[in-house]
Amino acid sequence: MLLTFTDVFKRYQTAEGPLTVLDGLSLSLDGGETLALTGESGSGKSTLLHLAAGLDQADAGAVRIDGVEIGALKDTGRAAMRREVVGLIFQQFNLIPSLTVGANLAFHARLAGRHDAAWQADLAARLGLENLLNRYPEQLSGGQQQRVAIGRTLGARPKLVLADEPTGNLDEATGDGVIALMLNLVRETGAALLMVTHSQRLAERLDRRIHLTGGRIL
Amino acid sequence: MTLTVALSALLSHWRRRPAQLALLILGLSLATALWSGVQAINAEARASYDRAAALLGQDRLAQLARRDGGAIAQTDFVALSRAGWLVSPVLEGTLRLEGSRLRLLGIEPLSLPAQAETLDLGRGGGDLLPFITPPGLLYAAPETVKALAAVPGLPPLRASPNLLPGTALTDIGTAQRLLGRPGEISRLLVLPEQPMGRANLENVAPDLALKAPEAGGDLSRLTDSFHLNLTAFGFLAFAVGLFIVYSAIGLAFEQRRVTFRTLRALGLSARALTAALLLELIVFALAAGLIGVALGYLVGAALLPGVSATLEGLYGASVPGTLSLRPQWWVSGLAIALIGTLAAAMQSLWRVWHLPLLAPGSPRAWARASEHALIGQAAAGLGLLILSIGLGLWGSGLIAGFTVLGALLFGAALLLPVLLALVLAGLQRLVRRPVAEWFLADSRQQLPGLSLALMALLLALSANIGVGTMVSSFRLTFTGWLDQRLASELYVTARNPAEAERLTTFLQGKVDAILPIWHIEGSLEGAPGAVYGAADHATYRDHWPLLAALPDSWDRVATGRAAMINEQLARRARLKPGGSLTLPGGWQVEIAGIYSDYGNPEGQAIVNSGALVAHYPTVERLRFGLRLAPGGVPALMAEIADQLKLPADNMVDQATIKRRSLDVFEQTFTVTAALNVLTLGVAGLAMVASLTTLSAMRLPQLAPVWAMGLTRRRLVRLELARTLMLAALTFLAALPVGLALAYVLLAIINVEAFGWRLPMHIFPADWLRLGLLALLAALLSALIPLRRLARLAPADLLKVFAHER
Ligand SMILES: Nc1ncnc2c1ncn2[C@@H]1O[C@H](COP(=O)(O)OP(=O)(O)O)[C@@H](O)[C@H]1O
Ligand SMILES: [Mg+2]
Repeated sequence: MLLTFTDVFKRYQTAEGPLTVLDGLSLSLDGGETLALTGESGSGKSTLLHLAAGLDQADAGAVRIDGVEIGALKDTGRAAMRREVVGLIFQQFNLIPSLTVGANLAFHARLAGRHDAAWQADLAARLGLENLLNRYPEQLSGGQQQRVAIGRTLGARPKLVLADEPTGNLDEATGDGVIALMLNLVRETGAALLMVTHSQRLAERLDRRIHLTGGRIL
Repeated sequence: MTLTVALSALLSHWRRRPAQLALLILGLSLATALWSGVQAINAEARASYDRAAALLGQDRLAQLARRDGGAIAQTDFVALSRAGWLVSPVLEGTLRLEGSRLRLLGIEPLSLPAQAETLDLGRGGGDLLPFITPPGLLYAAPETVKALAAVPGLPPLRASPNLLPGTALTDIGTAQRLLGRPGEISRLLVLPEQPMGRANLENVAPDLALKAPEAGGDLSRLTDSFHLNLTAFGFLAFAVGLFIVYSAIGLAFEQRRVTFRTLRALGLSARALTAALLLELIVFALAAGLIGVALGYLVGAALLPGVSATLEGLYGASVPGTLSLRPQWWVSGLAIALIGTLAAAMQSLWRVWHLPLLAPGSPRAWARASEHALIGQAAAGLGLLILSIGLGLWGSGLIAGFTVLGALLFGAALLLPVLLALVLAGLQRLVRRPVAEWFLADSRQQLPGLSLALMALLLALSANIGVGTMVSSFRLTFTGWLDQRLASELYVTARNPAEAERLTTFLQGKVDAILPIWHIEGSLEGAPGAVYGAADHATYRDHWPLLAALPDSWDRVATGRAAMINEQLARRARLKPGGSLTLPGGWQVEIAGIYSDYGNPEGQAIVNSGALVAHYPTVERLRFGLRLAPGGVPALMAEIADQLKLPADNMVDQATIKRRSLDVFEQTFTVTAALNVLTLGVAGLAMVASLTTLSAMRLPQLAPVWAMGLTRRRLVRLELARTLMLAALTFLAALPVGLALAYVLLAIINVEAFGWRLPMHIFPADWLRLGLLALLAALLSALIPLRRLARLAPADLLKVFAHER
């Protein structure tokens, strides 16, 4: 198993008192498998994804990535995990505004120490970015920016790709194109994918689907 | 009605961000404080010059004085009176008392015109009789009376609040006796009502000239440059303070962009919106102005004692050590706060006026626009530098000097962001590691937001380097110069000619040489000056600090037909060795050489002492320099005190004089140093302001990098490194600017202001200290935002990725 959640609890302190978002949740994901996660707005999908990425910690239960329990790691260990094993794609793209498209594409791979110029060039071409490499993110359209984010993640060849509503900011046609590209690349690199989405149609294209409600998986 | 609704919407911004409001007010009030503090000092000094000038009605009465600046003979006075002129004689002189000086004015109360009356001597009785009959009375300010109480040999003292400290008024006969100038008159006050048919001045006293009444007088002319200096530094501090105001206003406008747009969309006209904002700014400016003027009073009061000590030591001008509140000063403080605020807000107001109703509020687009502005800014900076160099080469006058200085500083400040951007871009090309590359690219992106603070830092640092270099160069040169100039081991002053006689006889054979130090005061090339007599002795040949000289210059002086002149006289009157000079009384001499004479605002000439006595028989012959083995000085002092009963105050050894002279100069520079430190503090505050506001906008840029595997701790270290790197680069940029500034101060401003030029020395150890100080300031200013970042919970960083941002 590449990713497992075992009896995971996550609670937030809010002005109205504690709010339990994940309530003894368990799930697992195999290497190379693709999984769609759906659920109402506010049901805890992003929370789950952040735990899976080692960005945040569970209050109880265990999250394991590649056999390593995240909760037992220190800050540096979790950072190394994010750098080398996980790749994240967000709804807001979250590119680095001060770097060019080319530098953004290469950034994660270089951080992970897995930069491969040929693979980088191949990715840029397949994502239709080869003529935009010297531009800055804010000069790109939303679809183009999300393609850069996908290229940045897959350029590092992570074992696990986590995507949080990657098409949420795009129109349907653009979103479909972007998802198709992403799925192709994910399958080609043999990465596993956990994707949060609202769209049943997009969810259909993945190997497996789960639905989050009441802090658990149905 | 709409305006009040709009105003309350606009003002609600500040309720939510009280710290930002506090910073705006603080920046503005500090800027106002520094400016108005300096103004307060200047106003106080000017007022006391005016009082000094008005003392005997000189601002209202015409006067007669000798064309050559010498003393008027008693016979001229008698001749004028006989010819029908209604004039009143005045003798003015300086009495040297144990290290301090007393300006002594002798008057004749009976002939004194009503406009000149300063004292109420109680006509017909009262103090008049004791005033005019020996031993006379000495009137002075209450504090001066207190200081003089212990001085022996003075007539009975009376306090008068009408007199300035350091000045004493007495009967002309008493003054002639105290000053040792019997029968002398400095000038004649001309009564406003003169009888018809009095004889023509040319015929009665052809040597005298009629001088129209003037306000301020010599003192304000002498000290003008000093006050201009102070004003320039006050203005620099004000400008640095305005950087804070500019960035605080810019930020507040940027943050309220959405509110502005909403208000416009709801039907508020651009005019009404701008008016509302203008109103808001005026309220802030007035509030900050009031605080600033109050603070300025404190700054002024704290600096004034130093300033008045300087003025006293350097020019003999007496300025009270306490500040009085003047209404026009409050008004001008508020006005400068208002003008400063509006100047700082101009750009933001213009943007609001032209705000497009529908453009998306993208902060990044704004940053990009700033990059365009950078190019214009660089062009303006280059233009200013060229102006500075051009004026430095071809300009003349003190105003031109200060323009060179201002253009240099602001030109360099405008160029700084461009320079930093280029350096960072260059470095980015060199590095290989992704984090380093991101670090540099990100720093470059931060520049528009930080550039104002960095510019303020550059100004403060270069002012520090420049002024520090000037002060240290001065100290080094001055100490060396004093060693040459004060060659005699002991200086003695007799109390009267008989004592001088006894002293010289007594000293015969006990010392290696007795060098007379006698002088007369008079006009040199149309300005007040002094002529000193020097013996023909190896002391002068070996030690005197000459800047330029004819061959065998001292031999020429020894003949009595040549003189040495000081640098300031040479510069002012454009005199060269080999040229000629007219001394008071019409004595023509050849200029044999030019010597440096730091710290003296007046022109000076040195002639042979024998010739001095021959041309000015009445010269006071009381002071001597003695050459002897330094080890013998204490014993000789004790012997003189014992055998001749000469008071200790009349003997000063070389070391004491040196210390006193250096003290005067330390005082001169403490004021500039204090302003320097304040400026650096204001720049530090500007850094805090920018870093704090920027840190609020930093998270979206940091979160993705964190998500890709950099720990928070590493990010904090990088943020700190960025602040330190920018401060260090700014410091490096400040070095050449500061040195150029020092050059301008030494080679242009000093020459224009004081008449002397100092060689420039370089003190790298001082730079090291200042560099460390700059880094420390950067570290401190980054501390609060960084602590916040270090304590950030992952949840806060994750909010960046939340959809409902
Ligand atoms: N840092 C936080 N503090 C308090 N409440 C939070 C925090 N993050 C998320 N929540 C709350 O937790 C719930 C789940 O949030 P999230 O995981 O973002 O849901 P989803 O992504 O499914 O829309 C929501 O009610 C949200 O308001
Ligand atoms: Mg979500």
